[in-house]
Parts: sequence; structure tokens; C-alpha cells
Amino acid sequence: MNASPTKYTRLDLTVGTFVLAGLLALTFLAMRIGAGNSVSSASTTYRASFTNLGGLASGSSVMISGVVVGRVDKVDLDERFHAIATLRVRADLKLSADTTASIRSSGLIGEKFIALSPGGEDVLLKTDELITDTESAVDLESLISRFAFGGVKSPDSSDKK
Amino acid sequence: MSSPDTPPSAPLLEVRGLCKNFGDHTVLHDLNLVVPRGRLLTILGKSGTGKSVLLKCLAGVLVPDAGDVLFEGRPLSSEDAPGLAAFRRRCSYLFQGNALLDSLTAWDNVALPLEQATLLPKPEIRARVRDALRRLELEADADRYPSQMSGGMQKRLALARALVTRPEIVLFDEPTAGLDPIRRNAVFTMIAHSQREFGFTAVVVTHDLPEALAASDRVALLVDGTLCFKGAPAEFQDSASPAVAAFRDSASHLAGQIAAIRRGEPVPADLA
Amino acid sequence: MLSATGRSTLRIFGELGDFARFTARGYTSAIGSRRLGRRLARAIYEQGVRCLPVILIVGTFTGLVLGLQGYHTLKGFGSASLLGPLVANSLIRELAPVLAALMIVGQAGSALTAELGIQRNSEQIDALETMGIDPHGFLVAPRLLAALIVYPIMTAFFALIGLVGGWISGSVLLPLPGSVYWSSVYRAIGPEDVAQCIVKALVFGGLTIALCCYNGFTAHRRSTTTGARAVSASTTRAVVFSSISVLAADYLITSLLV
Repeated sequence: MNASPTKYTRLDLTVGTFVLAGLLALTFLAMRIGAGNSVSSASTTYRASFTNLGGLASGSSVMISGVVVGRVDKVDLDERFHAIATLRVRADLKLSADTTASIRSSGLIGEKFIALSPGGEDVLLKTDELITDTESAVDLESLISRFAFGGVKSPDSSDKK
Repeated sequence: MSSPDTPPSAPLLEVRGLCKNFGDHTVLHDLNLVVPRGRLLTILGKSGTGKSVLLKCLAGVLVPDAGDVLFEGRPLSSEDAPGLAAFRRRCSYLFQGNALLDSLTAWDNVALPLEQATLLPKPEIRARVRDALRRLELEADADRYPSQMSGGMQKRLALARALVTRPEIVLFDEPTAGLDPIRRNAVFTMIAHSQREFGFTAVVVTHDLPEALAASDRVALLVDGTLCFKGAPAEFQDSASPAVAAFRDSASHLAGQIAAIRRGEPVPADLA
Repeated sequence: MLSATGRSTLRIFGELGDFARFTARGYTSAIGSRRLGRRLARAIYEQGVRCLPVILIVGTFTGLVLGLQGYHTLKGFGSASLLGPLVANSLIRELAPVLAALMIVGQAGSALTAELGIQRNSEQIDALETMGIDPHGFLVAPRLLAALIVYPIMTAFFALIGLVGGWISGSVLLPLPGSVYWSSVYRAIGPEDVAQCIVKALVFGGLTIALCCYNGFTAHRRSTTTGARAVSASTTRAVVFSSISVLAADYLITSLLV
């Protein structure tokens, strides 16, 4: 006789499922996909000096062997007008003092990132220590002109510091 | 039934100097009307003379441009929100088109004013709704939607919804519009019967003359936005006023006019 | 000429003020409205569950097209590996909130304008008032609140299914490795992108459903038409104004947040 109670519970069930699935989707979007650039675990910072950043900016990724281990916190100039990038990297990685940093790009016009190559020394890199063994960004325009007029064979050797 | 702070002499509902315009068009002009307590008052008039507008002003849905509606001597225009809410709890309105909520079942439609505008406990609401549906013979249709009902059933359902709050005033807007003569009689019988049973004050707007005269205690005639007759049904039948006569005797004129048309005489100017 | 301009300016600002007051009243009347939960559930069902199929279909195809177009364009620069960031950025920052809003307006917004318009026409709204029930709290408040819940959820569904669409285009139909696609998606999207996406969804939801409610609720005020024509005119206005407001607000938010 009373307004059939089953009708409302069914509506409630559908709506409840919808909202729950929606919250899951939102959480997934925010936590998994949206967290790609942030370094969630404990981190430490190093600095690296370059002669040319070539489009690297704060927020760019820091990778080792293609795995994202951190990001660029900020970029600045030192007193000799060298570019200094501050890298925030996972703290659990034991990086040796002779680690090298190079600016790479994914694809020809792709985003810039810093690739770290750990060395073999026993001495470890300390927090905020300056990495001097670096490889700056490839200057695209001069590279293309050299390709076009036949001056160079491999882009990797073009800007070695 | 009257609250202790109002003089018992004040009529339940009173209209004083009421004017209502829509744009440049004056619908109601300087109306004065007293609705006596416990009686059935019928407002007669041709279609489009502002009867529904008057009724909506009485219900507080439309705000008059001048004048006021007084409920137990207190003007509605000076009531604050709780005062207006209190008035609405004691007043029900039966709309011409029933105005049932088509997304709700019959049961929920009747329960709606109790659930939303009162603080009654649930069992009490359930008992009252069941009672209202039973009185109007709609018990078997509680789970149906208004769209699944006939016109007469919808009218009864709207009446059930109007009466379930046990109002002191019920305003009926053309309760018989579009019904056949037998159902018209049934609706007026239903109104008169429930008015006797519940003891509410009724204001009925209609243009169905014989039924209205038979059922009501007082009659008012609205012509072109002014009331040109107020009185008992017997006075209405005896009145010599031309406006009353024109409205009252239109049926008897009909035979003569039809006969004239059949004879090939020109159609009277006021009909053409 | 001058006075006509002045009159229409006054009319537009008057209407804007009416709309703002209507929306504010819609939200405030939620306080103290009885059995709001039941009507809220119904509104979420109408705006959310019922619109889910169209959101998923449109989202998939948006991702598919983005993947297809993006792959061939990027391939020309030898940067096909950037497909993930392209699809993810376009979807999460712009397309998901905007297209989801437009789809919900088209399906649920137009329906609720028509429903309110008919309720206004058949005096159901007046009836609520005579029963002492605030029609704002009864009819408008649950829909406004539902929009704030439904729009972010639908936008998230749209974005996720769109990302899958982009993956189907790039990695199933075209030769980009799936791991490259997904890892670059994760890398390209930051918390600020997701925040922008959700802010947009909330603003669009608040704006469009309020516009739809307003146009339906005031269907009797269309001075040129009455009855069924007024309901259809109100529905058209609701959809047109909502669509315009979504795109205008999108531009505004993007320019403020980027």
C-alpha cells in the first residue's frame, strides 16, 4: 500500500554504485595519473650546472635508464652565468660522486628531461652537491644546419662539454 | 477554530479594494468581498473575467497591485514568511488542471503536503493519507501515477491532496471545467459533502450556473473585473440587474436565438 | 536607437540579477528542505546514471580521434612517443570537462528544463507554493547539488575512457608501444592539471544546471509565447545559453589558471 519501498532502494543502489565508481575514477585520476610528476617518497636534492638548458624547465623529469626518479625543482644562473638546475631525486638511490647528468629530449621536438648516468666510484654524492660532469642540451638549429650542410655524423658528439 | 488573539467578529477571509493588472491590462478593479466562515461561496463569471486571478490572490500566489486580502483580519501582504506558511497550512487550493505532480504516485501526491510542510510523525501521515484516499475511493489506485488515471479520478486525487491537511479554507478553481453534466453534479455533491463533513470554508469559482446555485450559500458575480452582485442564491435568481440577468438567462435566450438563425434572420451583433 | 540599446542593456542586467538571485535561493533553500536525499538521489540518477552511456561513447571516440590525428601529426616530427602527453593534456585540461558538460546539458539539462517548464505551465509549481512547500527547495536545490557531484565524476569517466581510446588508436591500431604511451601519460599530467579539470567540472556543473533550472522555472515569463511553445523556447534557450557559458567559462578559467 505504501509507496513501494523496493523502488527507492533500487534507485538508491544504482545511484550509490554510480557515485562510488565515480569517486574511484576521480581518485585514480588524481592519485595515479595526476601524480606522475611528483616524487612521493622521501627525496633529496642535487645541483647540476649546464652551459645550455635548451628548454629544460622546473617540473621536467629526471630519469635514470628511462625510469623517472625525480624532477627539476628550479633553474637559476650562477655568478659565471652557467645554468644551475636543482634536481629533486628519490633519496633511496645511492648515486656515486662521478654521476653524469645530460639533457635529452624525447623525439626531435619532444619535452626535455635530465638523464643521470651513475658512475663507479665508492664516494657518494652528497645533498645539494654540484654535478659538474654534464652534457648540455643539443642546439637544434645549429644541428640541423650542420646536418643540412654535412658537418657532423652523430648528434651525441656535437656538444660534448 | 479562530485563534485567541483575533476578534471573533473578523471574517475568515476578506478582500478590500483589490486591484490586479498584467502590464497595461487591468484584470481586477477595486474588489471588495467577504468570505463568511463555514459557508460555500461561489464566484460566477464568464471565462476570462479574472475569476482565477481573484482566487490566486486569495491564496497568496499572486500579489495584488493595490488593496489587500485579510485572513482573520490580518493582511496577507504584511505577513512574514512564517506567517504566510501558517496561512498556507490552513488553506488549500484545488487547481483547474489539478496540478498533480506527475513524477509522484497517487499516494506520494497526497502525502506530499504532510511530509514537506508539517512535522507530523510518519505513522500519523500514513493514517491520514490512507483515510483521505479511502474517503475519495482511491485506495486501490495508491501506486498509480496521475497520468494513468481518468480525469475524474485525477480530480478526486487533487481533492484528496487538498483535504488531507485538514484545511479551514479550500479554494476551488473551476472544479467542473471540461466535465460532463453528470460528473459536474458529482463534483458539486462531493464538494458540498466534504464541506459538511470537514467543516471548511469553501470558495468555488465556476460558470456552471444551476449546479452552483444549488450547492452554494452565497453567490458573487464577476463581470469585467468588478463584482456586480453579492448575495444569496435566491436573490441571484430574482435579481433584476441587467448583468445578472444576462448571465442567468443566457440559456433561455439560446432557444430564441437558434430559432431566429433557423429562420434566416441576421446573427445578433454581440455573438458575431 | 540609443534608448533601445539602453533598454535592452537594462533588461539583460535585470535578467542576470534574477538569475543570480534564483541560483542563490536554490542553494540556500536546500537548508531545511525535507527529504532532500531522496530527490537528490533522483537528480543524480537523471544527470549521472542516465547520461553515462553517452559520456562513455563520446569519450571513447574523442580519445580514438585524438590518438589517430595526434599520432600522424607527431610522426611527422619523429615524436610519436609524445602521443600520450598530447592525448592526456587535451583530454584532462580541456576536452573532458567541456564535452562532458555539453553532453549532460544536451541529455539531462534539456530534459529538466522541459520538465520544470511543463510543471510551471500545469500550475504544479504554484500548487507547491499553495501547499506551503518552497518550490526552490523542492525542485531546484536537489538538481543544483546533484550537478556539483555528477559533473566531476562524469568528467573523470570521460577523461579515463578517452585515455583508453587514445591507447587503442596509438597502440592497438597503430604501432606505438603501450608502455611508452602510458608512462608518458603519467609523466605528462601533474596535480595542477587534475585540479584544473575538477575546478572546470564544478564551475560548468554549477553554471549549466542553474541555467537549465532557471529557464524552465521561468517558462511562464517568456513574453512572446505561451504554453507548449514557451516550454520549447525555454528549452532551446537553456541549451544555447548553457553551451555558450561552458565555452566562455572554459576560456576564462584557462586564462586565469595557466
